[in-house]
Amino acid sequence: MSASYFSDANLLRAKEILARYPRPKSAILPLAHLAQDQDGWLSCEAMMEISRLVGVTPAEVQGTTSFYTMFKREPCGRLLVSVCTNVSCLVTGGPEVLDHLRSRYASDADVTVEEVECLAACGGAPSMQVNYEYHERLTPESAESLVEEYRAGRRTPRTISGSKAAG
Amino acid sequence: MTAPPITETRVITARIHERPDDSWTIGAALTTGAYDTLRQVLATGDASAVQEQVKLSGLRGRGGAGFPAAQKWSFLPAGSYPRYLVVNGDEGEPSTFKDRMLVERDPHQLVEGIAISSYAIGCNKAFVYLRGEFALGYERLTQAIADARGQGFLGDNVLSSGFDLDIVVHRGAGAYICGEETALLESLEGERGMPRIRPPFPAIAGLYAKPTVVNNVETISTVPHIMRMGGEAYAKLGVNRSTGTRLFSVSGHVNRPGNYEVELGVTFRQLIDDLCGGVREGRGIKFFIPGGASSQWLTGSDEHLDAPLDMDYVQQTFGVMLGSGAVMVFDETTDPLLVAWRLCKFFAHESCGKCTPCREGTGWIEMVLYRMLHGQGRPEDLDLLLDVGDNICPGLNAPFSQTTICPLGPSAVSPVVSLHKLFRDEVLAACGAGSRAGVTG
Repeated sequence: MSASYFSDANLLRAKEILARYPRPKSAILPLAHLAQDQDGWLSCEAMMEISRLVGVTPAEVQGTTSFYTMFKREPCGRLLVSVCTNVSCLVTGGPEVLDHLRSRYASDADVTVEEVECLAACGGAPSMQVNYEYHERLTPESAESLVEEYRAGRRTPRTISGSKAAG
Repeated sequence: MTAPPITETRVITARIHERPDDSWTIGAALTTGAYDTLRQVLATGDASAVQEQVKLSGLRGRGGAGFPAAQKWSFLPAGSYPRYLVVNGDEGEPSTFKDRMLVERDPHQLVEGIAISSYAIGCNKAFVYLRGEFALGYERLTQAIADARGQGFLGDNVLSSGFDLDIVVHRGAGAYICGEETALLESLEGERGMPRIRPPFPAIAGLYAKPTVVNNVETISTVPHIMRMGGEAYAKLGVNRSTGTRLFSVSGHVNRPGNYEVELGVTFRQLIDDLCGGVREGRGIKFFIPGGASSQWLTGSDEHLDAPLDMDYVQQTFGVMLGSGAVMVFDETTDPLLVAWRLCKFFAHESCGKCTPCREGTGWIEMVLYRMLHGQGRPEDLDLLLDVGDNICPGLNAPFSQTTICPLGPSAVSPVVSLHKLFRDEVLAACGAGSRAGVTG
């Protein structure tokens, strides 16, 4: 039996998560978030470990998690930039923000730019999230400056699943 | 004579405005009356009194369907335990952003609402299903629950009343369909978020096949105020069967987009002009979507703008809905075909794939709209879309009839029907006349 996929601290968190639910299978989503907090994506090793903790087959874990867009089944950049282009952002410049960031970071492994559906920040459209931190009333230029602030360490990003970074 | 401009009626947003810098903290909450109502309710020791007051208040669900909250609670079978309260915080209906604000800015109001509602229905374990992208909301709600527990408002023997309550916050992971209550329950059980066939309804067999009530964040956040004011006093706010206040998320081409809490019964014009400062650059309104992406649309005509925010009136008069309270305003430069295509692209993306009419139909609707938008439309395309729509939503009416388990598929038909009803000539001209101009913003 190999060592646990989760770090010791995260294994304790995993057991605390499992204890919240009347049935262990409910813990699949929170455990997948925990795995992404740890490693930045949801690997096969993570899903194997979750299946052991929950008591279902690895296929069931993959079956569930593959339904949800927040679970990244391959590694992405350290910064995940999610730009909304749904209607309120569509008519206020969201697509222009998306196009600009996509071309700016096309060959930058550190930054993954994705188009997403409504982020519930339409009062500040156009909006985006960087590792699930909201930024609103954007222009292509201000959006790039924000991403650069994270890259330069002037802003601390959350994890790829949006948790506060440990330590 | 013009009426004086309206103002907001702040019931569930009172604390947010009173304490803009720290409304989410336990300190600010306690100094502005949080948990006083819970204390009073538990002191009376009468759970049925809560149900009675909520019934008197006329409170209807704020998630979209507008079902009377007390009636939903009353469907729980007597003597069957455990039973669960599940709060729906999976806000994803395009242009709706009220629940995110309520969770981020006033989590204690929600926690108090959960405690009072759980006491009313006899639930000892409540769940909040929170949209995965709400990272800050998750943090603040989790902190609020820990702080409330520290003060004795949650946990075993709440305020020495003998009532026990535990709240679990469960993060989603990016799936609009999980806002549908049975898909939400599937997701909470660790499954793919696919809706269940009803019956059985969740009140009979919901979470873990136990009796379950699913209520929206705003609905539950209103409950403490109903108990504080009294059901009858609350029902005096609002109009007809649309009692109380509601949060409207206004976005698009208005000068001051945002969440506004108003008494039901004010008009769309008052909401858009008085509170949102009208349309940018003084332009006219070409059309607006009155209640989330799933609703059919209205135009900038006096008849539509002067309609009251009354759930039944707008449905019976215009076949539209107030739904989730999202009002999207589009000025006269907007291409309705562009908006329709983007909304249908959303529904096609978010279709869970369980029911064939929705899985296949939403994809085809999106593709046909795409070619129409890009100058490849055919004169018969609009009728083709109506035909596809009729296979998902027979009769093309609202409230929906449907060949699907849940209303997502019929929702994708609303933009198509709106194009047909409001912009048929413009769309047909575009499809007959070859290439269209590009995208407007």
